Amino acid sequence: MHKARTNPFNTMGMHGALILYTLIALFPVFVILINSFKARKAIFREPLALPDSDSFSLIGYQTVMRQGDFFLYFQNSMIVTVASLFFILLFGAMAAYALAEYRFKGNLLMGLYLALGIMIPIRIGTVAILEMMVATGLVNTLWALILVYTAQGLPLAVFILSEFMRQVSDDLKNAGRIDGLSEYTIFFRLVLPLVRPAMATVAVFNMIPIWNDLWFPLILAPAEKTKTLTLGSQVFIGQFVTDWNAVLSALSMAILPVLILYVIFSRQLIRGITSGAVK
Amino acid sequence: MSVPRIRWHIIVFLAPATLVYTAVMIFPLFNTLRLALYSEVEQVRVFVGLENFHTLFFDPIWSEQFWNAIGNNFWFFLIHMLVQNPIGVALAAILSHPRLRFAALYRSAIFIPTILSFVIVGFAWKLILSPIWGIAPSMLDAVGLKFLFAPWLGKEEYALTTLALISVWQFVGIPMMLIYAALLSIPDEILEAGEIEGITGMSAFWKLKLPLILPSIGIISILTFVGNFNAFDLIYVAQGALAGPDFSTDILGTFMYRTFFGFQLQLGDPHMGSAIAGAMFAIILVGVCIYLFGIQTRMRRYQL
Repeated sequence: MHKARTNPFNTMGMHGALILYTLIALFPVFVILINSFKARKAIFREPLALPDSDSFSLIGYQTVMRQGDFFLYFQNSMIVTVASLFFILLFGAMAAYALAEYRFKGNLLMGLYLALGIMIPIRIGTVAILEMMVATGLVNTLWALILVYTAQGLPLAVFILSEFMRQVSDDLKNAGRIDGLSEYTIFFRLVLPLVRPAMATVAVFNMIPIWNDLWFPLILAPAEKTKTLTLGSQVFIGQFVTDWNAVLSALSMAILPVLILYVIFSRQLIRGITSGAVK
Repeated sequence: MSVPRIRWHIIVFLAPATLVYTAVMIFPLFNTLRLALYSEVEQVRVFVGLENFHTLFFDPIWSEQFWNAIGNNFWFFLIHMLVQNPIGVALAAILSHPRLRFAALYRSAIFIPTILSFVIVGFAWKLILSPIWGIAPSMLDAVGLKFLFAPWLGKEEYALTTLALISVWQFVGIPMMLIYAALLSIPDEILEAGEIEGITGMSAFWKLKLPLILPSIGIISILTFVGNFNAFDLIYVAQGALAGPDFSTDILGTFMYRTFFGFQLQLGDPHMGSAIAGAMFAIILVGVCIYLFGIQTRMRRYQL
């Protein structure tokens, strides 16, 4: 590939196309963010202008702070996401280790059984899930969501992690066995630290869908005290649909945490996707 | 010969994942399919066999909505296949150019919509396309195309396509990333061999790279299919559970939600909801089988 066949027009064309698409991708986010800092009149008069000293206003944010319990919603989303990720990683890694490390009857069958859920969306079972959560009294608790997201995330987690566990050297594990370590110690002390990059990939894959899900919070935990940020902003915006300041501010407040998480984890996420973890 | 002892640690390692997965995913899935065979008569659950499906397919009150939802769902999927995936492939092809600068920056920026929730995406576009705010018409005006503007989300004939394009806007990052990864994994030797044969530029893309990334396009297609056939959030956020105007944006997810939970005066019916879930399950299963047995096995031939 050393031939100089990149003429300047080609390069410009490529940058032109990418810049155009980047603008399309970022424009709505940009418009929402800048207008959330403007007074009502300015929002309508010049929607594309940046807020200046004249049009700057935090009235929307004040309404949101007064009316919606966004800190509680945020906290709920945080608890649900972190707890689900913890269980997905712990249970997923344990099962992946058993499948990758030990030969036993039914190993292949077990692997296939756990992989079924990669392609079949858990939403199809919603009717029975709700019935079960009502019967066990878990409805309108964060546990209902944590359980559902854990079950939803496990199949892909087991699949990806067992691929990585197979690459961990046998010598290391056998050395541990000769030293008299138990199988549990070998797993937690020797193997887990070595597959940390794969665990991070699984975590970022699951984080976004869990944080953004609307379906299960709406059905399993719609109570005020268990609303997640996604459901909370949906309900809030639905109520304040004519108060443009409040709607724009609520949207911005829902965008910001995800954007911050993305800035922190984007390298991990992109590396995870492009390393061929989803084959 | 001693009896092989039970290796308890294997059971301990497997148990938590298997239990949660079985109890919260597999069991409810089959239980939902079972519930589809029941109905409630005077507050007692009775077995009715396939009657719910018969109602769904043939009873005019239900079947009209059901086939409407399926048709809309296929249109929704078609737009994704025709718009999202080609744009994703094109962006990836440009990004994978070896001497392109700022590639990482473009990549991260174009992926941002994908991380936003449907609530944000739905409301943001609703505001932008709203005739009240007027961002869309004034922008069209700036390029002299104002006559093209219509309240797209409010018109029966445009609403579904508009929503599908919004969803494309949101998810184009996923095919872009996966194809980008596939393009990077093509060995240089192949491209160099092509170059010696005089295959460069665009023709190198069509003749060499595209056949090699077909398996990734297959994966993206099936991911899109499964994602589209259990989509719900975007339509619910933008158009509500009634999927207006006049059900023109109703897809299987919103239809199931309405049936299961009820809306306005109609009471929720978990058994009909389960029947719709059963139909969704069948459609997704057929799609996945076509992919696994029809497409994937045939594509292996090209793999390196």
